[in-house]
Amino acid sequence: MQMLGEFKLPHFFNYPPYFTLQPVRDTREKQIQLWKELILDYCRTQKVFVIGLDEDFQLFSNPAIERSLSHESREAFLSALVLEGRAEWLDKGHRKCLILWHRIQDWADLILHFVKENGLEDSVMTVEEIRSGVESRGTELHGMDRTILMRALKLLEHKGKLAIFKGTSADDEGVKFSI
Amino acid sequence: MAGNFLPVAKLTANGRPVLESGEVECSLLSTVDLSSEDLPAFPHLKSGLLILTTHRLLWLPSDTNTPSIITAVYIPLSTIQHIFSTKKSIKSMFHSPRIRFQVSTTPEGQVSEKGLKSLVITLVLRGKMDTDSFLGKFWDAWRGRAWEASGLATESGSGSGSREVSESLAVKMPVVGVSGILRKEQEMWESTDKSLQDAFQDLNALMSKAKEMVVLAERMRLKLLSGSNNQTSGTNDDDMGTKEEMQDWLLSVGIASPVTKESAGALYHQQLSRQLADFVKKPLERAGGMINLIDIYCLFNRARGTELISPDDLRQACSLWEKFDTPVMLRKFDSGVMVIQNKTHSDDEVFSRIRSFVSKSDALRTGISASDAAMTLGVAPAMAKEYLLAAEGKGLLCRDVSPDGFRFYINLFPEISPDDRYLVKDHGIYSMWISAVSSS
Repeated sequence: MQMLGEFKLPHFFNYPPYFTLQPVRDTREKQIQLWKELILDYCRTQKVFVIGLDEDFQLFSNPAIERSLSHESREAFLSALVLEGRAEWLDKGHRKCLILWHRIQDWADLILHFVKENGLEDSVMTVEEIRSGVESRGTELHGMDRTILMRALKLLEHKGKLAIFKGTSADDEGVKFSI
Repeated sequence: MAGNFLPVAKLTANGRPVLESGEVECSLLSTVDLSSEDLPAFPHLKSGLLILTTHRLLWLPSDTNTPSIITAVYIPLSTIQHIFSTKKSIKSMFHSPRIRFQVSTTPEGQVSEKGLKSLVITLVLRGKMDTDSFLGKFWDAWRGRAWEASGLATESGSGSGSREVSESLAVKMPVVGVSGILRKEQEMWESTDKSLQDAFQDLNALMSKAKEMVVLAERMRLKLLSGSNNQTSGTNDDDMGTKEEMQDWLLSVGIASPVTKESAGALYHQQLSRQLADFVKKPLERAGGMINLIDIYCLFNRARGTELISPDDLRQACSLWEKFDTPVMLRKFDSGVMVIQNKTHSDDEVFSRIRSFVSKSDALRTGISASDAAMTLGVAPAMAKEYLLAAEGKGLLCRDVSPDGFRFYINLFPEISPDDRYLVKDHGIYSMWISAVSSS
């Protein structure tokens, strides 16, 4: 079976019509479903948070059969993800798409779980520390997209689980957990 | 029964009269009654379609679709002894116009050329129409004695359907054997020369000569046919090919009696529709049950010769098929392409052929184009594309648009498990596709 880096590709990745947006409704719905799942799985395993529509994205072309997705079909598949709440457009022109393989709520839960695991219930961390600190190493939080992290933290702040404050250094913000 | 007195007229499946060789329609009138005051037993035929041809006066029941006890009948013009002129009187102004004529009959009252007795038949023209012009045409047709010229109508009085009449579309083949041609050949040479010269004198003459041209073409065709039979050993395939082509070409020349606005008047589209339904039968067979409207337009007009019809007339004639019980129908594809197809023609059969075609190893791997399908299905590429698009719409195929072109593959999307994208069911079309692709 074909591999894309460490990602195992399904058989139908070599099926040329998979790369043409199908006009017939039933067929198109199935095609979109397959693409949505493949994009989410690929992004999760490869830790891809943002897909740029105009940039080369490995999953969107298959050199083996010389097929690649048109701009129109890329947008169609990503829009389907946006509609499901599994992605968000970062700009009005639909050029960059944030992929949420975990929803914001799930990310927030992951953060809470991480805090409890490490006994950080009442401590203070910077946002950067959560993303790249020693504590988060080996968890899904490690290396996560800052935009998504901030969104998850804001959600928790809203629920009163923590407080975000401006840190001493200008470029970073601090988080005070209070669970 | 009308058949006891009048011979029964043969009709095509679509309600058009089967004309004899050389017979041409002159005028059509609707809602005409036919009766005779002389003989009480003579049937009173009410409100039918009256067709005047060069040979006969046909009366058809108005609704030919429902099988009724009243059948279509005809009166050979050769049996007519006299046509009475219409009386102009105050009384006639308030009546529907009537036309009376005298025919010869047998003592039993059967209309026959050799009959010794005679009978006056009355036509009552109930529709709004120009009686005088019809009467004029009637006179012309009767005086024209076209039945004598064709040399076949000698027994038309007594013979009702006993004669062999070619039923193949409106193209008529004179029933003459090889010996007949040889016998007539000498006089043909002379008359051919003459008719060619006469034909171009003026348009009116050309119209009247068109019929002879058709006969000439058919005779040539027959001659070719007999020629190829006689010397099969001597001719090579190429020669035969051109001869067959020539035959086809000649065969497509003539509708001997095209329905025209002039002859049919208000009944034009209705009669045209029926004639067209008869005509398309053969081309449809050859094209595998479906044919492009444009192709039919060309074929039909070529067969009509000088009496060309407009595309709009063709459309109207086709759309009238819904009202008659014709075996053919007009079909519009989603793309806007219009075709004529047999009602019995089923897409399912074509789809199953497409399915088996795209399931072959090569087609699984590389897909099929419209021209591939055209060759396999034996239809025109444009037609094949319509079929493929229809099959796509049914979920049988899906498309692949790439720099290499527009191709169709068998639809594998429904085969892929939504829960496990790596799962391949054994013996399915999906696993067949995988093995076809991996073997390349």
